[in-house]
Amino acid sequence: MQNQHQSPSAVLTPEAIAARVAPQDSPARATDDVARYALGLGDDALVLAQRLGSWIAAAPELEEDVALGNIALDTLGHARGLLTYAGSAWDQTEDDLAYFRDEADFRCRQIFERPNGDFACTIARQLVVSAYFTVLYRRLADSADPTLAAIAAKAVKEVEYHLDHATLWTVRLALGTEESRRRMIAGLEAIWPFVDELFAADPAADAVPAAAVAPAGLREPFDALLLPVLDQAELPVPGIAAVRGGGRLGVHSEALGPLLAEMQVLARRHPGAVW
Amino acid sequence: MPAEEPPTTASQEAARLAAFDSLIAADQRIEPTDWMPPAYRKALVRQMSQHAHSEIIGMQPEGNWITRAPSLKRKAILMAKVQDEAGHGLYLYSAAETLGTTRDEMLDALHSGKAKYSSIFNYLAPSWADMGSIGWLVDGAAIANQVPLCRASYGPYGRAMVRICKEESFHQRQGFEILLALMNGTDEQQAMAQESVNRWYAPALMMFGPPDAESPNSRQSMAWKIKRFSNDELRQRFVDMIVPQAEILGITLPDPDLRWNEERGHHDFGELDWAEFHAVLHGNGQANALRLAKRRAAHAEGEWVREAARAYAERTATSERMAS
Ligand SMILES: [Fe+2]
Ligand SMILES: [Fe+2]
Repeated sequence: MQNQHQSPSAVLTPEAIAARVAPQDSPARATDDVARYALGLGDDALVLAQRLGSWIAAAPELEEDVALGNIALDTLGHARGLLTYAGSAWDQTEDDLAYFRDEADFRCRQIFERPNGDFACTIARQLVVSAYFTVLYRRLADSADPTLAAIAAKAVKEVEYHLDHATLWTVRLALGTEESRRRMIAGLEAIWPFVDELFAADPAADAVPAAAVAPAGLREPFDALLLPVLDQAELPVPGIAAVRGGGRLGVHSEALGPLLAEMQVLARRHPGAVW
Repeated sequence: MPAEEPPTTASQEAARLAAFDSLIAADQRIEPTDWMPPAYRKALVRQMSQHAHSEIIGMQPEGNWITRAPSLKRKAILMAKVQDEAGHGLYLYSAAETLGTTRDEMLDALHSGKAKYSSIFNYLAPSWADMGSIGWLVDGAAIANQVPLCRASYGPYGRAMVRICKEESFHQRQGFEILLALMNGTDEQQAMAQESVNRWYAPALMMFGPPDAESPNSRQSMAWKIKRFSNDELRQRFVDMIVPQAEILGITLPDPDLRWNEERGHHDFGELDWAEFHAVLHGNGQANALRLAKRRAAHAEGEWVREAARAYAERTATSERMAS
């Protein structure tokens, strides 16, 4: 939660990263390889933040408008740090990357593109991705790349809170009423085909093994976090085949295009404008 | 919640009222457990719940732009702002609950159309520049209204307002900065900003309510020190505050009668269209139906979630009781 955590260093805000990488010869700039890796992680967070942002003013209760708002804001913060850093390799700003790339140039994994659906569907997605982010950022905090390590060290505290929030709601919904249980199961089943892709090979990660976290190695710690929650919620692990995926290669679900169209519409109407 | 009061003698009644009046006269705070006249309680519930409703309905016009904000920085700021407003709604509902009305009762009154919220949110926000105008003018007017409420005689209300006002100044500044960026931008951006301020200026001035002569409720509120300044006093302050800010922006306030009056030491400004104000107040604004429909839908769609949370809480409470 934005306001509840101490940020370890001022250097970690997107504006501070932008300032650090601004000089042409800045040693803090990302290399092309590291930038490609950061871009995938940044796109994951950006697309998820865009989805979560739609809940504000539409949540089931006021407390959830605040909580989902916080989670969206944290996630957008991660995206901004990662995209700012990635852009430093190519003289591009976070906004150049967010607003002026086309769908095929996005590198997000497809689970982040999943539409919000009902509250249970959003919670199911949030449970899975928060468990994933938690294990990812814990390891990335030890990256050989100091900027990635710093971004991850700050993010890990936030995504741990997001996981607590999603866990709480998963259990409540699964063990609440008949209807909430039915919806929670449906939400988990809708998201499950997209889980495997999180651990699929990422050529950008392979190219920078010291800076990146190898996705395949995250499956075990992810299961160790997630499965006990499903157990507590008395939810069966869905036996549903995975989709083919391919987000890191620019292969996306049909959901990404409309999301980008909405996100980019105003910025693209005024290319070059400052806001 | 205060229980049904036992019958009292006339002299006890007079003594309680005298004690209340002397607290008010001494600028002391009235707290939830203190005795208070029923009309004072009723006026407070009315004002505080209206205020809470305004916070949450007010999330809609800005919430609608979060997904389209033209830069990631603006998106983050707007998200934080709209989320603050949800928090303000929470503080105010909690404060109002200390008077013995539940949040559910207050929300029911909102959803049934019985309770009012600030009419300003019945205007549409079709342009990005409206995010600037809302922050600068609407939050600006809200601050002018709310800063004196930090000293409201009812303790929980005054304390909620202290927290709220701290955040409101950030809201106004971010709105001003949106407009400033537009006015420093391309011709199209400048036109966008001016067009938006043209639409929001008069409605923002009307946020202070009808002229004093036509505002019967506010006299009593001032006597009880719930309200500290009259509608017209606050409106004048607001105009005096925004004129120099408009100059910095390079934006024209759409009022041909707006000018400095040396003698009064204030700006004169033109007559406002009160017929329009009353039309919007009585449901004929651009977005009255829209705002209420969206609120009702969010509430109705969330019912199964709230029900699940209740059922789960009861179940865990029961199993804890069984265990102990
Ligand atoms: Fe507010
Ligand atoms: Fe505000």
